[in-house]
Amino acid sequence: MLYINCPHCGMRSQNEFSYGGDASVKRPELNKEVSDQEWDDFVYNRKSLRGKHLELWQHISGCRQWIKVERDTSTHEIFRTFKAEEEVA
Amino acid sequence: MNQAFRIGDGGLVNRDKKLSFKFNGKSYFGFEGDTLASALLANGVHLVGRSFKYHRPRGFFGAGVDEPYAIVQLYRNGETEPNIKATEQELFEGLEAKSVNCWPSVNFDIGAINNFLKIFLPAGFYYKTFMWPKSFWYRIYEPFIRKAAGLGVASTKHDNERYEHKYEYCDLLIAGSGPSGLSSAYAAAKNGARVILAEDKPRFGGSLLTSDVNIGNQSGKDWAEGIIAELKTMPNVVVKNRSQIFGYYDHNMLVMSEKVSDHLPKTKKYHPNKRLWYIRAKEVLISSGSIERPIVFGNNDTPGVMLSSAAKEYLKVYGVLVGKKPLVFTNNDSGYETAIEFKKHGVDPIVLDSRKNPKSEIIDEAKNLGINIKNSYVVVAAQGYKKVKSAEIASISDDKKKLGKIESINCDCICVSGFWTPTIHLASQSGNKTKFKEEIDAFVPGVSKQNETTLGSANGVFSLEETLKTSFSAGSELSKKITKNDNNIAIPNVVEKKSSQHDKFWCVPLPKGKNYKRFLDFQNDVAVSDVEIALREGYRSIEHVKRYTTLGMATDQGKTSNLNGLQLVSEIENKVVPAVGHTTFRPPYTPVSIGAIVGREVGKHSKPTRKSPMHSWHEKNNAVFVDAGVWLRPRYYKRGNETLFEASKREAKNVRTNVGVCDVTTLGKIDVKGPDSAELLNRVYTNAWLKLPVGKARYGVMLREDGIVMDDGTTTRISENHYHMTTTTAQAANVLSHLEYYLQLIWPELNVNVVSTTEQWAGAAIAGPKSRDLLQKLFPNSDVSNEGLPFMGYMEGDFFGIKARIFRISFSGELAYEVNVESDYGNFMWENIMKVGEEFGIQPYGTEALSTLRIEMGHVAGSELDGRTIPYDNALEGLVSKKKDFIGKRSLQRSAFTAEDRQRIVGVVPLDRQTSIPEGSHLVKDDKAPLPNPKLGHISASCWSVEYDNPFSLAILKDGKNMIGQKLFAMSPLKNKVIPVEIVSSHYVDPKGERVRS
Repeated sequence: MLYINCPHCGMRSQNEFSYGGDASVKRPELNKEVSDQEWDDFVYNRKSLRGKHLELWQHISGCRQWIKVERDTSTHEIFRTFKAEEEVA
Repeated sequence: MNQAFRIGDGGLVNRDKKLSFKFNGKSYFGFEGDTLASALLANGVHLVGRSFKYHRPRGFFGAGVDEPYAIVQLYRNGETEPNIKATEQELFEGLEAKSVNCWPSVNFDIGAINNFLKIFLPAGFYYKTFMWPKSFWYRIYEPFIRKAAGLGVASTKHDNERYEHKYEYCDLLIAGSGPSGLSSAYAAAKNGARVILAEDKPRFGGSLLTSDVNIGNQSGKDWAEGIIAELKTMPNVVVKNRSQIFGYYDHNMLVMSEKVSDHLPKTKKYHPNKRLWYIRAKEVLISSGSIERPIVFGNNDTPGVMLSSAAKEYLKVYGVLVGKKPLVFTNNDSGYETAIEFKKHGVDPIVLDSRKNPKSEIIDEAKNLGINIKNSYVVVAAQGYKKVKSAEIASISDDKKKLGKIESINCDCICVSGFWTPTIHLASQSGNKTKFKEEIDAFVPGVSKQNETTLGSANGVFSLEETLKTSFSAGSELSKKITKNDNNIAIPNVVEKKSSQHDKFWCVPLPKGKNYKRFLDFQNDVAVSDVEIALREGYRSIEHVKRYTTLGMATDQGKTSNLNGLQLVSEIENKVVPAVGHTTFRPPYTPVSIGAIVGREVGKHSKPTRKSPMHSWHEKNNAVFVDAGVWLRPRYYKRGNETLFEASKREAKNVRTNVGVCDVTTLGKIDVKGPDSAELLNRVYTNAWLKLPVGKARYGVMLREDGIVMDDGTTTRISENHYHMTTTTAQAANVLSHLEYYLQLIWPELNVNVVSTTEQWAGAAIAGPKSRDLLQKLFPNSDVSNEGLPFMGYMEGDFFGIKARIFRISFSGELAYEVNVESDYGNFMWENIMKVGEEFGIQPYGTEALSTLRIEMGHVAGSELDGRTIPYDNALEGLVSKKKDFIGKRSLQRSAFTAEDRQRIVGVVPLDRQTSIPEGSHLVKDDKAPLPNPKLGHISASCWSVEYDNPFSLAILKDGKNMIGQKLFAMSPLKNKVIPVEIVSSHYVDPKGERVRS
C-alpha cells in the first residue's frame, strides 16, 4: 500500500485516497473551438508510461483536496507531491 | 498409547500438564507446549499423510514453517480448517486432526496405485494427457483430478470465528527473534525507538533454543529469555509471538498474521481467532534465519527421512526422539550437532559425511563421544514403505560421480543436512535484487530497495559472533538516526564452536540398474527425473520449468526444494546457478487464512449501513427494506399478507388518487456557496443557470467529459450566493468529487465552496392530488397556493415551530412537494405528516411504488442513466444548451452521438396487456431469427402501471424516435420468456405534464 505525502495533511496511507489519472492533461478552455484530435487527446488518449508519471489523487477520506503525485509507475516510488494549484516544473 | 519416544526429562514442554488429542480417530497424549507433530512423534507416529500426486506415504520432514508433508485437517470447536501444518499447530486439550489426501485411510490409500503408475505420471502429464477430447475436461478429467488431489477440505459452514485488522506504525520492525532479531531489537529499544519484534513460533529465541552456545556467560537460551523479558517491560517495544510477517509491500508496509487463539481449544469471548497487522515501518530488519536444505537421494520422501535440524529441535525443545537408530547424513558440521544430541541422550547415531576428511571442533567433540563416523559416505536410498527400516549406503568417489559397494544398514530414521538456505523471501518481496553467494551455494539479499536490512543467517552469516556484532550495530545505528539517542550497548562475548567448510554436494547419483525416485519438491512430488524431462522437452527459463513441473509451487513455496531444483537445472544446462536465477518470491510467505485477510468486513459489516432519521418509524410500520447503495430504504410497507407486488400497487395508486409520503433523505445534497456559484452550475449542467432567480428550483443534467450523462437532479437557489443541489442517491459521492475536481484543478478562479449536506437534512416527498391540501395544513402560515408556491418554486416555512424548506418538485409526476428539516427533527416531521395527513388518506410509499410512479411518467433514473447514455437517449436534449459551453459538450458532436438512428428512450407495452416484461430483456425484430439475434435495444425498467392497470416498461431502443407504434419482441433467455410488445411513448401517463403544474 502506497504511503502518500498529502501536501495538506502529511503522510497518509493509500486507502485514504482515490486515483484521478494523468495530471499533465490540460482541459481545453471553455468556448474554444477544438479539433476532434485535440478533444480526443484530452478525453481519451493517454500514454501508459513506465517510469516517472505525474498523476492526480484526491484525499477523499481526508482533506478532500486534489493533489498531484510524481510517482514511478514501475517501482511505485513517490518523488514529490504538489498542491492542486502548484505548477510542476 | 504411552509416549515411547519421549525422553525422560529435558525439553521445554510442560510435563506437568498432560493433554489428550485425537489423530485419525485414535487417542493419544502429549504435553502442554507440544506441537501436534512433536506429540505424534513422541507416540511414534510417523505416517501422517499421502503425497499429492503419487499418494506415497508421508511423515514429518521439518519442525516448523518449512514443513512440506505434515498437512492436516484440523477440527476445533465445531469448525474445521484445512491446510494446517502439524509442525506449527500447538497441541491443546481435545485437539482433533485427520490426514488429508488419502482415501479410505492413511494406512490404505487407493490413490497410491499412482505410485505404481508413476512411470505414466511424469512432468507435464496433466497438460499432455487431459487436453483431448476437449469436452472431457469439465465432465470427466477435472472432477476426477480434483477428487484425487487437494490438501484438505474447506468448510462450507459460516465461519463463526472473529478476525481483526490492526494498523500500526513503528520505527523498527524486526522479523524473527533469533540471535540477530533479539540483538537488533535490544539495541534499538535501548535507543528509545518504537520497536515491533515478531516471532512466528510460540517461543522466542530461534536457533538459540537448540544450539549449544554461550552468550554473555550464560547459555544462548537463557540469554534470549533475559532479553525478551526486558523488552517486554519497555513501553516502546511490542513483542509478539505466534506472529508471522508474510508480506512486504510498497513503501515499507508489511503485513503480519498473529495467531491469537489457534493454540487454545476455544477462542475466548471477545477475542479474535487471528489478527492481521498492517505495519508501516520506518526501517525493517529481516532476521528470518535460514532453513536447512536436504540432500537428494533415492526414496528420500520415506517417512523417517527428515531434516537434521528438525530432529535436533524435536529433541531439544520437545524432548522427543525421532528415532532410536538414527542415521545422520550430512555434507557439513550441522549434522554432527544433531548426532551429539542423540548421543547425549543415550542413542547411538551413525554419521555419514560426504566429505573426505573434515576437521573442526564439533567433529572432534563427536569423535570424543565415540560416535561412529563414516567419511566419503552417502545414503543411496532409504528402504521401507511406511517408515524407514534401513538404508542403502555406499562410499562415494572424490568427484562424487562413482558409488562404492552398496551396503544395507539398519536404521529407523535418516536425518539429512545439506547445509543452510537463507530465508530471503521478505527481502525479495521488497524488491531487493538478490545475489548468489558461492561460499554457501545460496542466494542472499543484495542491494536494498526499500528500507530493509537483512541480518544473521538470513543474510548468509552463520557465525553467531558475527551475527551479534552486525545485528547490535544495525539496531543501534538505524534507531539512532530516528531517535537521536545513542546508548552504546556493549556487545556480549560469545562462545561457539568453529565449524568447517561444507561440501558442495547435494544429490546422490543413482546406482547402476536402479531407478529410485529422488524427490526435489516433497509437497508436489517433483522428482529429479521430472525436471530432467522438462529440460529435455525444451523448457529453459526457471519460471517455465517451475510451472511445467510444479517445482516449488505448493503451499510451502519450495522452502526446502528451490535451491536443489536450481542446482539440478544449472548442472544439466551446464550453467552456474546465478545464471539460472531463482523464481520470484511473492507474498504470502506461508498460507494465510482467508478469514484473517477479510477481517471484520463480512456480511453486514462488509460496508457501512446508512439509515435515515425516520428509520425506526419505518421499522415499526412494517417496512420491508432494500439496499440502495449503502442506504437502507423502505421498499414497501407490508399490510397483512400483501406481496411486494400488491403493496407497491396499493401505495402507487394512493399517490395517484390521494396523497403519499416517501422518505427521500437518501438523495445526495450538496451546498454550493459563493459569488461564482451560478457560473459553476452553468458549466457543470447542460442547461442555463445564470438567470435562475432566488426561490426557484431547476432540473439539471450533468455530463462527464465524454458526453455520457453522469447524474441528474434539481438545484434550488436558496439565496443570492447559495444553492442547494440534489443528486441521485448512488452518485452523491461522485458528484461531490467531480465538483471539487473542477473547482480545485480546472477553474480555481471560481470563488465557490461545495460541501455535502446529505446527512444534515431529512427529506419527505409529499405527492398526490391532495398534497397541497395537506401542505396547507402543515404550514398554515404559508401561502402554498399554486400562485404562492408555483411548480419549481421554493420557500421556507415554519413546521410546528421548526424551520423547514419546502420545494415544489416532483419525481412521481403528480402534484408534489418535498419538505426538508434538520435531520434530528426528521422523525418529528414524519410523524406529524402522517398524523395531519390521515384525513386525506395518506399512506407512506416505498421505492417500489416510487419506481412505478416515475416509470409510467417516463422520468429517467439510474437504470437509464447507466453510464452508456447521452441526453438525447433519455429524451433530455431539450435541456442541452446550444449557446453556452459546459462539461462534455464537445463530445456530443461525435458522429455516433449525432447519428440519425441513435438509441432513444421509449415506452413498451406487452400486446396481451398482461405479461410483465423482465428488466434486461432484449428487444428484437424477429423472435425466430437465428442466433445471435440482432439486438435493437433493452428493457431498462418495468412496472405495473397503476394508471392503466397493465404492465409498462421503459426501454433504450435503437432509432427509438421512429419506432413508436412498431411491434417487436422482448426476449429474456434468463427468464425463458418471449413477449410480443408494442412500442409507445415513454411518457405513458400525463404526457403534457399538467399534473405537476396543477
